[in-house]
Amino acid sequence: MSTSPKVKSAAVAAKLKKQPKKMRLEPSRLVEAPKGTPGPYKLPKNQMFQDHRKFGFSNIMLVLVIAFLFMPLFVVVTYSFNASRGMRWTGFSLEWYYKLFFDSKELWRAFANSFVIAITSSIVATFLGSLSAIGIKWYKFKSRSYIQVVSFLPMVLPEVIIGISMLIFFTAVKIPLGMFSIFVAHTTFNLPFVFLLVSARLEEFDFSVIEAARDLGATERQTLMKVIVPSIMPGVMSGLLMAITMSLEDFVITFFVSGPGSTTLPLYVYSMIRYGVSPVINALSLVLILGIMLLALGFRRFLKTIAASS
Amino acid sequence: MNSHMQEKRGRRLGITYSAPMGLWLTFFFLVPLCIIILYSFLKKGLYGGVEWEFTLTAYRQMLNPNFMRVFLRTLWVAALSTVITITLALPCGYAMARSRHQVMWLALVIIPFWTNSLIRIYAWIAILSSEGFVNEALKALGVIGESLPLIYNQGAVITVLIYMYIPFAILPLFTTIDKFDFQLLEAARDLGASKPESIFKVLIPNIRSGIITAVIFTFIPIFGAYTVPLLVGGKDSYMIGNIIVDQVTKTRNWPLASAFSLVITVVSTIGVIWMMTSTASERARLKAPAQVVDANGGIS
Repeated sequence: MSTSPKVKSAAVAAKLKKQPKKMRLEPSRLVEAPKGTPGPYKLPKNQMFQDHRKFGFSNIMLVLVIAFLFMPLFVVVTYSFNASRGMRWTGFSLEWYYKLFFDSKELWRAFANSFVIAITSSIVATFLGSLSAIGIKWYKFKSRSYIQVVSFLPMVLPEVIIGISMLIFFTAVKIPLGMFSIFVAHTTFNLPFVFLLVSARLEEFDFSVIEAARDLGATERQTLMKVIVPSIMPGVMSGLLMAITMSLEDFVITFFVSGPGSTTLPLYVYSMIRYGVSPVINALSLVLILGIMLLALGFRRFLKTIAASS
Repeated sequence: MNSHMQEKRGRRLGITYSAPMGLWLTFFFLVPLCIIILYSFLKKGLYGGVEWEFTLTAYRQMLNPNFMRVFLRTLWVAALSTVITITLALPCGYAMARSRHQVMWLALVIIPFWTNSLIRIYAWIAILSSEGFVNEALKALGVIGESLPLIYNQGAVITVLIYMYIPFAILPLFTTIDKFDFQLLEAARDLGASKPESIFKVLIPNIRSGIITAVIFTFIPIFGAYTVPLLVGGKDSYMIGNIIVDQVTKTRNWPLASAFSLVITVVSTIGVIWMMTSTASERARLKAPAQVVDANGGIS
């Protein structure tokens, strides 16, 4: 999302004009060095502010917010073991799990649809998005800023807008609504995230390595496959993971572009909520939450990269 | 190979690599947006669709006081939820950035965030409804005799919206605060600033771009929210998103839906431009630290 140098320098100039501030500080302060340490001593980040209290305001807030985030999940999971349909506890039962696994054909068909779309759309999006990020960071060409803008807007526009514009588009060009249109829509909203994650990774990449590879006789293709691709792999993997979860999760956009026979899991859950809630949803919740937990655990290395992209 | 040829080749390769995504987004994102702009100036078809006749009817219909009321309500709900969300998310992002267990906290924020949004909304219905968790629990404790009206009203919509979008605020705030040099806070304290002073005059100005990103990523999606007001809202909590969807699926007034969508798109685009320019200015500042520190005294 870099802008032209002109804009940047204008922004800096504006900043400088606003300068007269009340406080004047030295940019950084030296912490007292242990004896025998040469030069300025900087404590490792985590050890700074050693008086930082465990029960400070921000820590309490964090714990409360996490509790807020998990509370609904706990309620649903608890009631998945309830013998009766309602919210009054009548006894422990695994009935809803039995129903979920052995008596919910339609639900599993919807799940299969979701799965197929998530895998295909995230692979296509990861491939195209990574390629584009490499092209933009590696070379200079005129339409770069166009691609940067067009890849950013879909991330921030409300889903309703993207869904409706795609519905109108598919109708206008007479593409039938179904699995294919859902695949196209999901790839479209996944692309920008992959592009952003891989671009961020390339931001840290030292391009003089490429020159070194060239000087040592590597061809264009060898440079790409043996130097660039391995170093952006964490970005690519985070992008893929993000794309899969977003695709599995999406309801609003899919709602518009789906047709008969292409019900995805979120659409199925929606119809369950609207037309008669069955406690099978509670049981399904636990299964999905466990799945997400495994995913987050398996990819914990990438969580920080993913956080940086949202 | 001389440098001119190399540059030309590089440009060609860059375009080759980027073209597939560029074309994909042009066809499936930009063209649909342009169609919406076009449709908003056309006449409504009898059974959905449009007739090719230029008219401003859609925009005239938008000025209907009922729609204006919903528009203002949407603006109000989005603004209020965003302010509460950011206020809650700021200390969280700060605590996470200072923590030794960053990955654990991130996982705890991301797990509910990745859980199917409809499941989460359903969970809130189960909690708030008249035979829901809260009411049943209060009745069992003998606090209330009759169920409290906790759902299908504005309060429920705002609570659930905050719930759904708080991770969108925490994550960028965490990322920005994580990059912040906490020694600056210590320096401020040493120079006599009180704790709130050091937070508001040193930390907040330095993480401005993160706050703006968080605001954009909460305000815009809430402004276009559809599912939450539909499922936990009542008659008084209809939002623009619901109007748009009704125009498409029920009234079949595609030009009006397009016109509303266009308004939201314009609002979002302005927000994005604001965010991009502020991020760019911050980056420029980071790249030329000496210059700014001299004039700025190392803060803000």
